[in-house]
Amino acid sequence: MENMVNVYLFGKKYEVPADLTIMRAMEYAGYQLVRGCGCRNGFCGACATIYRIAGDRDLKTCLACQTKVEEGMYVATLPFFPLVKQVYDIEKIPATQQVMMQLYPEIYACIGCNACTKNCTQDLNVMQYIAYAQRGEFEKCAEESFDCVMCGVCSTRCPAGISHPQVAMLARRINGKYLAPKTAHLEERVQEIRSGTFTDLIEALMGKPVEEMKELYNNRDIEK
Amino acid sequence: MYAKEFQQSLQAVEAAREQNVAFEPARMTAQQKEDLLAAYHPDYKQSEFAVLQFGPNKGDKVPHELCETLQAKSRIKASDVDLTAPDYDVDVLVIGGGGAGSAAAIEAHEAGANVMIVTKLRIGDANTMMAEGGIQAADKPNDSPAIHFVDAFGGGHFAAKRDLLAKLVCDAPEAIQWLNELGVEFDKTEDGTMVTTHGGGTSRKRMHAAKDYSGAEIMRTLRDEVLNRQIPVIDFTAAVELILDENGRCAGAVLMNMETKDLLVARAKTVIIATGGAGRMHYQGFPTSNHYGATADGLVLGYRVGAKLLYAETLQYHPTGAAFPSQIFGALVTEKVRSLGAKLVNAKGEVFMHPLETRDVAAASIIRECSDRGNGISTGHGKAVWLDTPMIEMIGGEGTIEKRIPAMMRMFGRYGIDIRKEPILVYPTLHYQNGGLDINVDGQTTNVENLYVAGEAVGGIHGRNRLMGNSLLDIIVFGRSAGKNAAAKAKDTTVGALTLDHIAKFEAERKAAGVDSDAVSPKLLPDYTKARSEI
Repeated sequence: MENMVNVYLFGKKYEVPADLTIMRAMEYAGYQLVRGCGCRNGFCGACATIYRIAGDRDLKTCLACQTKVEEGMYVATLPFFPLVKQVYDIEKIPATQQVMMQLYPEIYACIGCNACTKNCTQDLNVMQYIAYAQRGEFEKCAEESFDCVMCGVCSTRCPAGISHPQVAMLARRINGKYLAPKTAHLEERVQEIRSGTFTDLIEALMGKPVEEMKELYNNRDIEK
Repeated sequence: MYAKEFQQSLQAVEAAREQNVAFEPARMTAQQKEDLLAAYHPDYKQSEFAVLQFGPNKGDKVPHELCETLQAKSRIKASDVDLTAPDYDVDVLVIGGGGAGSAAAIEAHEAGANVMIVTKLRIGDANTMMAEGGIQAADKPNDSPAIHFVDAFGGGHFAAKRDLLAKLVCDAPEAIQWLNELGVEFDKTEDGTMVTTHGGGTSRKRMHAAKDYSGAEIMRTLRDEVLNRQIPVIDFTAAVELILDENGRCAGAVLMNMETKDLLVARAKTVIIATGGAGRMHYQGFPTSNHYGATADGLVLGYRVGAKLLYAETLQYHPTGAAFPSQIFGALVTEKVRSLGAKLVNAKGEVFMHPLETRDVAAASIIRECSDRGNGISTGHGKAVWLDTPMIEMIGGEGTIEKRIPAMMRMFGRYGIDIRKEPILVYPTLHYQNGGLDINVDGQTTNVENLYVAGEAVGGIHGRNRLMGNSLLDIIVFGRSAGKNAAAKAKDTTVGALTLDHIAKFEAERKAAGVDSDAVSPKLLPDYTKARSEI
């Protein structure tokens, strides 16, 4: 007999195979998911979930697609949470601390409870990246928040009403566009293509018989 | 930590590691590759294909599951909706909220069009979000678009439409620049030089990345930009039929609310299909690396109104899907793991191939190792081979894995496997739809006016096999281009009276061809209810 466990989906008990993820357990129980299911691989943040193991005081958070069921697991999914997403023009915003004060002033109301970090489904140091954002240290904020999947669990637990993933999103875009070093070889290549440097080379390939293309391909030199 | 049953093989892998790191396996000859593919690649398994009985590709072979869905009944009848009172009326309708759809919407908006996105899940629930390894562009001094062209053309078995491929490679550096200007972060050195690596089948190191969250970084930035521009995004709403006008041009779509099942009519001057791939069709019973909604919807929508498919019989099986533990069965293990130096190793601890052959060749080689050669490791869910990740730290130094492939480290770490110290088990997983709707270089389908396609739903850009990093590239290049061209075309378009006559016409052809299944399409979502596994 297969190893089964009892899980409580929105409080209702189901017996499911012990090796399933929470997401697969819901489907096994008969749910046809529409919300709360996206990439199924831990990248999209659609399946934010809160659970508690019976008898345990701790409330835990996870991604349903990345977490195995356990005996006595009480599960509530959070398919949507109303994060605040401020609208801005990336071409016009200042790359300084000022932009955070304008768009996300609530980050300065952080009380340092660390609930965001404690609940992050990616184990990121969320409170730390918010601290970087407060100080306008966007490069550090970008690095610290980089693996964020924007599931929003941090924000559900925040007494200051901060939308952490959106704050980090802004910091990363500022860093990517304004603060990270410019790439000279990229700009040169775009100019070369515009000025037609490669036009003849490409034209020559367009009409070349397949046999000659095979010769070219099979005898390429490959960079070490 | 691996259980006892893996230990013997694991010891062989560890014992041979030092030697295997130094070993430089030969690349296969053209003939060896051809023979290997014919014998072991799933695309060559004739029993898994069926012939289309009617429609624009009548007589062509496609996978059974695709054949059934292409020839299935419509979800609606023309009389179910009132075409004279559209719920939405826009210039450009984008169907799909992934990378291609978002890039298209941004450019259409930039061109001044009234553009709207509909998506059956949320914006960003797409294969783009899950692309890990990187994006190609020939922007280094030792590289050129012409070299990129040869790599991709050969990797795709000389079958790509050359004008599409030329556009892909020539617009690539500008695509990277556009993303960077939007704020997408790329791995760079302190002086701004892009950190680039090889992918399978590349002859230059032109893979740009954002750790192993490359697609996620691109997707979340595009999504943020769509929202900043306040482009309407109608989420949890699927397109279930295209609408034509009396002149036979595409002029909108019938939409279905995924929760209430309400039908809505969207009228548009031009339509862009950006619905993505088909991994959730589980062709040949393979698991998939794809997102939940990858069910070939766009191919069905296009086929019903007469748009042609190209290379729909060619699928990409990513060589390294996770084979263990079962919870992540089929999940993508990025090719970047091999770009960084990890080699494929069989049960005996032998390196059995060069790690950077093209994906089709690598997948076939792993299948051979696990079948006829009997060198696979039993996982409890079939066979697998090792991907020896600790090699990465030996080559690149301690900390390389955490810095360059943190998502992989996390994915396996959740199940107690430390990929810095232990190898992982992999087997091919259904990854990419090489074929799709046939387009011209402007992104318009070859035979339905005002119907554009971008992203994975397109066929012909890559030929019969795609190189790593050319898909993130194509969604940007062809997504942007479709957005611009659809916006320009909308300016010259006056929509005639709307019609859904094609539904009855298709049904008549279906009857005449003797196809009588009860299946309906597009499929929209897979059904995993009550099932022990996804396949």
